[in-house]
Amino acid sequence: MQLSRRDILATFLGAPFAWAACRNEPRRFPEGEIVGQNATLGHVLRENRVFEVSADKWTSVKVAIVGGGVAGLSAAWKLSKDGFNDFVVLELEKETGGTSRSGVGQPVSHPWGAHYLPVPFQENTALITLIDEMSLTDGRAADGSVVIKEQYLCRDPEERVFYKGRWYDGLYLHVGESEDDKRQFAEFQKHIGYWVNWRDAKARRAFVVPSANCSDDAEVTNLDKISFADWLASNGLTSERLIWYCDYACRDDYGLKLDQTSAWAGLFYFCSRVRKSGDESQPFITFPEGNGRFVNHLAESVKDNIQRSNMAVSIVPGDKSVDVICLAEGELRGYRCEKVIYASPIFTAPYVIRGFREDAPFAANEFHHNAWFVANLFLKDRPKPRFARDFPLAWDNVLYESPSLGYVNATHQAAIDYGPTVWTYYYPMCHEPDGRTKLFNYEWRDLADVCLTDISRAHPEIYDLCERIDIMRWGHAMISPRPGFIWGSERRKALEPYRNIHFAHTDLSGIALFEEAFYHGLRAAENVKAIQTG
Amino acid sequence: MKRVPLLFLNVVIIATCGLIYELLAATVSSYVLGDSVTQFSLIIGIYLSAMGVGSYLSRFIDKNVAEKFIDIELAVAVIGGFSAPLLFLSFAYVSYFSIILFSMVFVIGTLVGLEIPLLMRILKDELDFKELVSRVLALDYVGALVASLLFPIFLVPKLGLNRTSLLFGMLNAGVGIWATWLLEPLIKNRTLTILRVKGFVVIVLLAIAFIKADSLTTLAEDGLFVDNIVYAKSSPYQRIVVTKGKTGHALFLNGNLQFNSFDEYRYHEALVHPAFAAFDGEPKRVLVLGGGDGLALREILKYKSVEAVQLVDLDPMMTGLSKAFPALDELNRHSFDDPRVKVTNGDAFVWLDNTETEPFDIAIVDFPDPNNFALGKLYSTRFYTLLKKKLQPNAAVVIQCTSPLIARRSYWSIIRTLEASGFDVKPYQTTVPSFGVWGYALVKLQPFETPSSPPEGVELKFLNRDSFASMFDLPKDLLAPDGEIEVNRLDNQALVRYYESEWRRFE
Repeated sequence: MQLSRRDILATFLGAPFAWAACRNEPRRFPEGEIVGQNATLGHVLRENRVFEVSADKWTSVKVAIVGGGVAGLSAAWKLSKDGFNDFVVLELEKETGGTSRSGVGQPVSHPWGAHYLPVPFQENTALITLIDEMSLTDGRAADGSVVIKEQYLCRDPEERVFYKGRWYDGLYLHVGESEDDKRQFAEFQKHIGYWVNWRDAKARRAFVVPSANCSDDAEVTNLDKISFADWLASNGLTSERLIWYCDYACRDDYGLKLDQTSAWAGLFYFCSRVRKSGDESQPFITFPEGNGRFVNHLAESVKDNIQRSNMAVSIVPGDKSVDVICLAEGELRGYRCEKVIYASPIFTAPYVIRGFREDAPFAANEFHHNAWFVANLFLKDRPKPRFARDFPLAWDNVLYESPSLGYVNATHQAAIDYGPTVWTYYYPMCHEPDGRTKLFNYEWRDLADVCLTDISRAHPEIYDLCERIDIMRWGHAMISPRPGFIWGSERRKALEPYRNIHFAHTDLSGIALFEEAFYHGLRAAENVKAIQTG
Repeated sequence: MKRVPLLFLNVVIIATCGLIYELLAATVSSYVLGDSVTQFSLIIGIYLSAMGVGSYLSRFIDKNVAEKFIDIELAVAVIGGFSAPLLFLSFAYVSYFSIILFSMVFVIGTLVGLEIPLLMRILKDELDFKELVSRVLALDYVGALVASLLFPIFLVPKLGLNRTSLLFGMLNAGVGIWATWLLEPLIKNRTLTILRVKGFVVIVLLAIAFIKADSLTTLAEDGLFVDNIVYAKSSPYQRIVVTKGKTGHALFLNGNLQFNSFDEYRYHEALVHPAFAAFDGEPKRVLVLGGGDGLALREILKYKSVEAVQLVDLDPMMTGLSKAFPALDELNRHSFDDPRVKVTNGDAFVWLDNTETEPFDIAIVDFPDPNNFALGKLYSTRFYTLLKKKLQPNAAVVIQCTSPLIARRSYWSIIRTLEASGFDVKPYQTTVPSFGVWGYALVKLQPFETPSSPPEGVELKFLNRDSFASMFDLPKDLLAPDGEIEVNRLDNQALVRYYESEWRRFE
């Protein structure tokens, strides 16, 4: 037998490829699709056309609410609660809820965006009225604070973090921290404590929800002039894990990196939900479907007044009235109103409101938004822990070495600990110079790949467990609190009505939060109603 | 038969095996230790340097080169072949895992480093030096390529780490045995036979391990359990092991003893009968949460008045085993065949939340100890609130509450949680030799008198009037500890944290 080198090579090299080819199934890739938001729809507005509505398509209504997200629905809820029902909510999409929307499915419903609400302070009576109405509360504690029913408070364990192959308890990475890391973390907590306890001459807090109640004292508002990264550096806080922790907070709450976020906004995140220094942050109210529970409740309360798939294409303010022209099912409809509550992202105002561009009351292009994608992964089972000492699956599962925010386990709050589940994976596009364009150039497969590759570092078996990935692309997910925006002039100018149009959106706070959107919705409703009844 | 080309084939196989062991060690260590960059880098470094050591050491082998070569082959076969299973086992058992890992890598590297120089010396008489070096080294690198391709594409996905390791051990031993023929003229006859016998033994050992690779986990367990394992299987929820020893059968879930047939009657009589004693009237409907072994059922079914028993246990494999495994079926007196018993497999928390039922007179809550968050929720105020909705106003409930001696704060956390959920609670305890001192809680929705004796007319092995009454007298060392004990809620899981800190002292 004479074996040449070539024969040997051929024999051995061929084998694995032959095996690979003979495998019963190719490497599985889950199914799925891009769902939700239709970007082309909104971009029609950019053409700035003139719209003619035929005479029989006009309806008279006292108030039109343009936008069915949290702000618009809150305004509607408030009007209806106060016995005022002559209004219509016009929503561009097939579903209301905006970035608090959720999906229905098995084994549980799952969020498509915002997914928790910190328990409001007792002073936030309007919001407490809502959660009382939803019977989420169990009365009041002796100190007057609201008691939330146990099943709606985020179940422990809340968070875990994946670092160098293992899962650890909590979000801040304690494992392997040096003495200096510990000292800096304590130092950071001291700063937080200082700002939590801080009061101005009028006894206002530095940071509180809603942010309209925050102090406008220069000591606080000066923080808005620098980035959170600069603030940390100027306080000598350089610990890598502390910086990661703060950067994660910025990406999580604002979709911005540490050096893109205003220090005021960064501190707001850490201080606004702590009652007094040393206290825990307010616990989270959450549901399997996230904040979908809230917007569904709000929408249900005004369901007869909502017009879905109605895109407001032109708003024409007059002296005594205002006309809203909508594109619905391919035809134009008109609403002749006394007042409009404009509850859409503020940057869209010049495209929709006639005359805004020519005589701008504020610079709408100062309102910057960032882009995200959110993926829901339907798993047939949960990954097994790789190590006995790995911290178990939590509600929020964060990967330390990842540009994503990790994933939230939807069955967690339903107390389902075995079998199929849905994971919601969040990815802010803040690492890319033009994240929005990139996001919309990616196909489903590209984004699904990003998500699976990222998660597979912690769970190699994700390809076998995941049966479906649906992805929602949010081109304008959140207002960006870049330095100078929140305490700058343009944001504050937008709080004033423009002719008979009242703005209501979380953008007006400069931070994207349910509480802020709710606040502005109620504020606009009050203003509109005051004029109506007065 | 030409000797030289076949010896070259040996080079390829040796090189392949060598790289496979290296990849195995690196993969196992990054599996169990994490941080693959560090693990791979360390293993490759140690392995390559050890090969250098081996190459250097080869100069000290002067005589019987062919014989030494085969011996080394067999040694590599044994150490390399068993490397992956050994690493997994040592990770499970010893704390200085990395020392074992690195020494093993070093030994294999040294032995592999010896192979090629020795083989070259064997071949040097057949070829000129230029030809020899070029061929041997070229094939050595081909072997490395083969290994690096086979390993991720075929070996790990198809065979797994243990079997890959054992397979290449066999291949290595095969090379050794084959070489006894190829190198026959160079070896003394007597030594030849010894070498062949050795090689054969090595192959057989590796082959047995290869076939039995699946029971390696069981092998690891055999070290843990004193008695013989008569049943062992993993369900999606837990690892179920039944052992049989001199004192009878024992059931373990995830390695935690659930009962020993020698004294389980003490545990189960104490679990069930106080609830019946505290119930006013004739209990008809009974709810059992957990208790998939059917032993609580056995006690419940002693009452003629009971018309329906609803058992909710997470694991169908557990309830199935209790019915189908003769020793268990006998021990629970065929409870699962009783027409009064209805079994539902599901998480009791989800079941309570989502299922409409008529209210129950008695509930027996017999879950494993709260050693993880999924179990911790079954001891929370929310869970007890859900349970209350399934109860008659006069219902009596017993909850197993772990050991108040070992985990005093855990025990009292459960008691405080029951109180916070609106129950009147009577803590009690008994002694079960297999477990030690064990704690329970007897609770009702209304304030009630502690029962003083077990119900009449029920056949009991353990409880009588005196022993029954004494269960409710807590000795001093089991009383509520000083300081505040937290109530276990879904959003704090205080109990799991107490439990972990208290039981860890005994590990």
